[in-house]
Amino acid sequence: MPHDGDHDHGRKPELSPIALRVRALESLLVEKGYVDPAALDVLIDTYETRIGPRNGARVVAKAWTDPGFADWLVRDATAAIASLGYAGRQGEHMVAVFNSPETHNMIVCTLCSCYPWPVLGLPPVWYKSMPYRSRAVIEPRVVLREFGVEIPDGRQVRVWDSTAELRYLVIPERPAGTGGWDEERLAELVTRDSMIGTGLARMPA
Amino acid sequence: MSLSDSAGLPQDSGGPVFAEPWEAQAFAMAVKLHEAGVFSWSEWAAALGAERAAAPARPYYESWLAALEGLVEARGVMSAAERLERVAAWERAARATPHGEPILLSRD
Repeated sequence: MPHDGDHDHGRKPELSPIALRVRALESLLVEKGYVDPAALDVLIDTYETRIGPRNGARVVAKAWTDPGFADWLVRDATAAIASLGYAGRQGEHMVAVFNSPETHNMIVCTLCSCYPWPVLGLPPVWYKSMPYRSRAVIEPRVVLREFGVEIPDGRQVRVWDSTAELRYLVIPERPAGTGGWDEERLAELVTRDSMIGTGLARMPA
Repeated sequence: MSLSDSAGLPQDSGGPVFAEPWEAQAFAMAVKLHEAGVFSWSEWAAALGAERAAAPARPYYESWLAALEGLVEARGVMSAAERLERVAAWERAARATPHGEPILLSRD
């Protein structure tokens, strides 16, 4: 994780100055009864896919069809993803974690709701919830089962904790029976949850 | 008129688009306060227009947030001092929070 000399403890604040202003305003409006936090979440949820919609799916589909791109993702996901035009304005580093028959990956932000939004859009409400943030680390298999994902005992589950500087993107396994599919068609199989690791890619119909 | 009709709002055929999550939060708060009648459409348009004119080079949603902060003060919802104290409190909380734990104001 890159540390840049901040006057604090050499650690960049987890919230940007403008995000702090937004949080301050929101917490006061909630306390004073002007805004219902649940109603606010519902509204924000409707914009979930309005940030970088489907960008991540294109990254995954390209990784499935182009071994050179997949290799680039492994070595330098930030640059590989930026080559498709998806980059955060704050220069977050991206790390792509690949699912395999040996390993299932899932991402969480135990601290707040750090999320790879340039590729996944806005985080869903559950991603920001306390239960997910705490339980994803303690009992990931139970959490996955609640999402309807059963991971075989022989397969390791790795949980990646996002930070303000480091964001993870799960590259799900390519579904069987999709040989010869082009990127566009494959991207349709890539769900948001499959890139968080709380789901798998859709099976072809 | 709804706040989605605000002049210059970044959008595509599907509605508003946001570059970062805080922008969507700022947008949603303004929508809710307008719905609650804290300010009218024309008051909002005037406040946002003034902020954008004052700093034309500033990113759109920074002007949006400034307009929102200004209006809640003007309507007596909260004072500037109260708001700035809360920003400082969140910043202290964020700094006092070890990574891996949620940022809560009670750490202040």
